[in-house]
Amino acid sequence: MIALELKGITKRFGSIVANEGVDLQLKKGEILALLGENGSGKTTLMNMIAGIYFPDEGHIYVNGEEVVIRSPQDAFKQKIGMIHQHFKLVNVFDATQNIVLGNGKKKFNIKKSVSEVKEISEKYGFHIDPGKKIYDMSVSEKQTVEIIKVLYRGADILILDEPTAVLTPQETDKLFAVLKNMKEDGKSIIIITHKLNEVLEISDRVSVLRKGHYIGTVNTSETTESELTEMMVGKAIDLNIERIESEHVSDRLIVSNINCKNREGVKILENVTFTAKSGEILGIAGIAGSGQRELLESIAGLQKIDTGEITYIDPESGESVNLRDKTPTQIRELGVRLSFVPEDRLGMGLVGNMDIVDNMMLRSYENGKGIFLDRVNPSNLADSVISELEVVTPNSHTPVRRLSGGNVQKVLVGREISSSPKVLMVAYPVRGLDVNSSYLIYGLLNKQKENGTAVIFVGEDLDVLLALCDRIMVINSGKITGIVDARTVKKEDVGLLMTKTFDNDAKEVEDGGSNE
Amino acid sequence: MAEVTNNSGAKKLHEPLFHITRKSAVPFWKASLIRAIAIFAALVACGIVSLILIGKNPFYIYKTMFDGAFSTKRKFWIFIRNAALLLGYSLAIVPAFKMKFWNLGADGQVLMGGLATVACMLFLGGKMPDAAVIAIMLVASIAASVIWAVLPAIFKAFFKTNESLFTLMMNYIAMGLVTYFINRVVKGGSGVLNPIGYANLPDIGGAQFAGRKFLLTIIIFAVITAFMFIYLKYTKHGYEISVVGESENTARYIGIGVKKVIIRTLILSGVICGIIGFVLVGGIDHTIRSDISAGRGFTAILIAWIAKFNPIFMVLMSLFVAFLEVGSGQVNTVFQLDNSAFSSIIVGIIYLFIIGCDFFINYRILLSAKARETLSKIGGIFKKKQTREEPEETVGEETVLEESDKTEDGKTESEITENDFETAAEKEDDRI
Repeated sequence: MIALELKGITKRFGSIVANEGVDLQLKKGEILALLGENGSGKTTLMNMIAGIYFPDEGHIYVNGEEVVIRSPQDAFKQKIGMIHQHFKLVNVFDATQNIVLGNGKKKFNIKKSVSEVKEISEKYGFHIDPGKKIYDMSVSEKQTVEIIKVLYRGADILILDEPTAVLTPQETDKLFAVLKNMKEDGKSIIIITHKLNEVLEISDRVSVLRKGHYIGTVNTSETTESELTEMMVGKAIDLNIERIESEHVSDRLIVSNINCKNREGVKILENVTFTAKSGEILGIAGIAGSGQRELLESIAGLQKIDTGEITYIDPESGESVNLRDKTPTQIRELGVRLSFVPEDRLGMGLVGNMDIVDNMMLRSYENGKGIFLDRVNPSNLADSVISELEVVTPNSHTPVRRLSGGNVQKVLVGREISSSPKVLMVAYPVRGLDVNSSYLIYGLLNKQKENGTAVIFVGEDLDVLLALCDRIMVINSGKITGIVDARTVKKEDVGLLMTKTFDNDAKEVEDGGSNE
Repeated sequence: MAEVTNNSGAKKLHEPLFHITRKSAVPFWKASLIRAIAIFAALVACGIVSLILIGKNPFYIYKTMFDGAFSTKRKFWIFIRNAALLLGYSLAIVPAFKMKFWNLGADGQVLMGGLATVACMLFLGGKMPDAAVIAIMLVASIAASVIWAVLPAIFKAFFKTNESLFTLMMNYIAMGLVTYFINRVVKGGSGVLNPIGYANLPDIGGAQFAGRKFLLTIIIFAVITAFMFIYLKYTKHGYEISVVGESENTARYIGIGVKKVIIRTLILSGVICGIIGFVLVGGIDHTIRSDISAGRGFTAILIAWIAKFNPIFMVLMSLFVAFLEVGSGQVNTVFQLDNSAFSSIIVGIIYLFIIGCDFFINYRILLSAKARETLSKIGGIFKKKQTREEPEETVGEETVLEESDKTEDGKTESEITENDFETAAEKEDDRI
């Protein structure tokens, strides 16, 4: 029995072909993994099933009958529901309110709804408090609300877009258990992902997309990681990340006891203390939004800190330089070679509407003569970055927003390492990148490490952090819960450090008590 | 649309007849062609409207519009000077707009400059040499405009107030101040300040030269245009403005002082507004009214946007808008219309087409297979009749699909091509 079938689906955005002639079959009561690199068209394809986009060509069949899906309402009529990567919830509403919101009924009976929500939770093994407000929820809880919302509306076909990207290993296990329960109940599920180990763990069959084209479908039980990679990338790839030995290790950046609050007065960083060493990659692991961004930004002079010290040790003179309360310009003027690849590439690291040359100039535009800009040196830099990092672009005068994610990142990283930094901070440097670009970035980080740079790497994929870094620091709600040796630590232990909030709070209470 | 559906027979699936997708970047020549066709289509539409509303031959109306700008030397110079003034306002707002600081207060900023200028003329004129008074006028005008421009900037930079509302409200304060000033200095309560004979800006050229009263204004704004072009494109300040406008976070990230850039840029806007006020009062009107800007501060926004904040394109756009203004004025005079409603309609239609054609530059329309099939059938019938009436698909504003050769072959992508604009115009006509 086929629950959902796509035939010859094509979708173009201007000259970009997102999907071309894609066929796909989802059997009733199975979990189908949709595998493909970033930019291979997985999300676009699913958005067409969910009614967000309308296909340029092709047909969609639900339970054997052809349907036209023009809007998310149409999709729900066909009992199709999608859980998007970025949640679409009303922050000030509680779980139940979000779940019943917009289901088209004129009257609400919240009590009844609450019991319905509870019923669904119990049936599939969710853990959710129906009265909890969204703003109080963790990412994993929000995701649960999204899934229940879709089930509440009676969906039989569920599409999950990269559901594990934001979860810890433990939360992922829980999610997978729920998915298996839903499958038992006869639901058909498509899960988008690019993590191979998860594909092998959860799915019945795997369909692979590459550059918008459908490559093929295999039974999960009959395939291997390397076969899937080959389907996904188009060639065999060595998936091992190299970790070179550290040399000339010495303290380069000492962060001690920094605290900071955000605009609402909520503590973002609490007594963060660590040392970044030259010739070493220090990984920072943690659930998204645990204070990673603020930590890097306070080092880079973008975030004001309330207390604490940030000290840079000059490799030549050995002198200590205080970086606290310095602006990025002042840090530059002090001769501190600090480079920063922020998480938000086009919104912070680069200017999307400017061409590559003008983006190269961001750090150095003040070097021009008098009031005028010098575009000669930036232009040379742009050309050398393009050729050395193999940036795919028509020329150096293309606006960076027109480049693909991987090439955008190459431009940004290329600029930041061009000043031969002594401290290099990178936040989620391979997010959204294809396998080849990711390995190129890992290679660049290793090169920097070899040159004696202190590299600070904020990552989300624990497997990568464990393979690439020398030490891993775990941050959890703004507190450091541990700094471990990446060569010996187990993935599960890092996962535990990422979530052990309760222990920490308890400890804090004890400390507070003893101080009095 | 209903016609097409009927012809294709009962459909079970209710596939949409068309949907809209984004185009990739269109080459410059093609975008220009689309714009040119839009203007042509606008003229056709205006022709039909004028035929219906005042029953005159549209070509005669176009000729009258041309006469408004070109029939005499004096008219030509007025046309160019008006364009230069409009350009001045656009240049004043463009650095702020590039920074995404929506300055709606150019009118008020100019008015304050004008007020300072007229005060100097009134109180200092005749008491010292004209050259000295003129120098003081310029400084006073710039100072007054800068104060009016920089106040909202300071509040925006330090307290994140909304600059659009702030600058807009400052306009009304400026108008009130001018009215108050006139009532104080004019005895008899007429509310009109007669032109002041002192410290008027000099004419350029001999008595025989038709442009002597206008040339100075034109030269001043030509110089400002060149300055602004270089400032925005080749200086560090211009670069900082672009970065702040595109992404404040990026500006922070590389250490640009966002507050400093906002305030500095609005000071520059104020300086240009001050020069405009100085020219308007000292060189053209020699007096002041609260509506001295005649809404140019708002027209300037249109000019700056359509020209994509490029000073060179802004020159062309200012000429075009000034042409429409003098042309429609001429139409009112020649046809002895009681009010400017008709010319406003004409100008409105032209703006609609020019702005609306961006849709065709950025998007294209894809028809469903059924609709394409039907369309080519209907196209075949019409071809036999040898007529240029076309079946249409309406999308949003005035989007129409034409049977093209491609549709004939039945292998079409049904992409909206440039040709479709003619039909767009015809569609517009039919509706009216």
